[in-house]
Amino acid sequence: MAKSVKVYSTSTCPWCMRAKQFLKENNIEFQNLDVSGDQLAADEMMAKTGQMGVPVFDIDGEIIIGFDKEKIKLALGL
Amino acid sequence: MKIYDLIIIGAGPAGITASVYAARKQLDFLVISLDIGGQAAWSGDIENYTGYQFITGPELTHKFEEHMRKYGTALKENEEVLELAKLGQVIRLKTNKADYQARSVIIASGKKSKELGVAGEKEFKHRGLTYCATCDGPLFTGREVAVIGGGNAALDATLQLIKIVKHIYMVNNALSLSGDAIMLRKVEAAANVTILNNSSVIAVLGDKFVKGLKIKSLNQEKELIVQGVFVEIGLIPNSAFVKDVEKNSKNEIIINARNQTNISGIFAAGDVTDVPEKQIIIAAGEGSKAALSVFGYLSKNNF
Repeated sequence: MAKSVKVYSTSTCPWCMRAKQFLKENNIEFQNLDVSGDQLAADEMMAKTGQMGVPVFDIDGEIIIGFDKEKIKLALGL
Repeated sequence: MKIYDLIIIGAGPAGITASVYAARKQLDFLVISLDIGGQAAWSGDIENYTGYQFITGPELTHKFEEHMRKYGTALKENEEVLELAKLGQVIRLKTNKADYQARSVIIASGKKSKELGVAGEKEFKHRGLTYCATCDGPLFTGREVAVIGGGNAALDATLQLIKIVKHIYMVNNALSLSGDAIMLRKVEAAANVTILNNSSVIAVLGDKFVKGLKIKSLNQEKELIVQGVFVEIGLIPNSAFVKDVEKNSKNEIIINARNQTNISGIFAAGDVTDVPEKQIIIAAGEGSKAALSVFGYLSKNNF
């Protein structure tokens, strides 16, 4: 079954763009939450991670901070 | 172990341009880099790269990357070179993942942000304190923030934030701001910027997240209430992994007009070198020059 993937990002951050591109290239469906325009999403991200850096990934509840390709691959089973 | 003609360290403007030239010379080469775009990826608006009257850092980086990948270039991303040494004719590299060998290298590892070195800096990193206005700026919509620094990087960060945040304190330890006149005028004209010259940071304050900044302004200590701190106080070269090449007092790698270091076969390009002026267009030009020099070197030293 496909995993639930959330990406907390901003529209301007280069690592977020690269991360989203990476997910698209691997045909992974994900929900993109732009924390710059969405205070609820920002609060949710800060509560989950205790920090403000983007991107943050929530892969079936596993939280990964930053575009750590290896960890993301592992979490997605790629 | 395989011996490459060339290994390029870094994939910013210098490294990527070197890779395009190396590909067109059909060298057997590899690019090893922690990231793509280097500092260019973190830049805001770029208005001085010829051919683009206006482009953002991430967009220009995307164009650079497309250009590099067009040639099917072998790229090791998220990989950091830890050691580099020449033994006999061969240059050996050790990264956090593997070992490599090459006949020549181009060091184009760029620069990274300098840290403040004050209490609370490490503790509040990504908890309100950041070194990248482009990335994290939008998280501070409607908040009060401080930008530390008084040069072009600080002005660039401030200009990006003016449209987003409620108020910006520029904390500058010099007597006045320096940097490009065009940016300076925009910052001075902004209604939501307070410039604090002759001021330095003593500590970053907060609990879970940043809540304030303790500064010394005109010899008086005071506290600013801010939720964000953007550190833009300059850069240091990523040159620590190369022990044997000559560096200047700023730890920049010393090169000649052909991008050669004091060790034959080891070339360097861009912001990690002592080249005067650090600009995207200069780094790109230096990268091309280094690759052409490598091509000449390999032709003469056919081993």
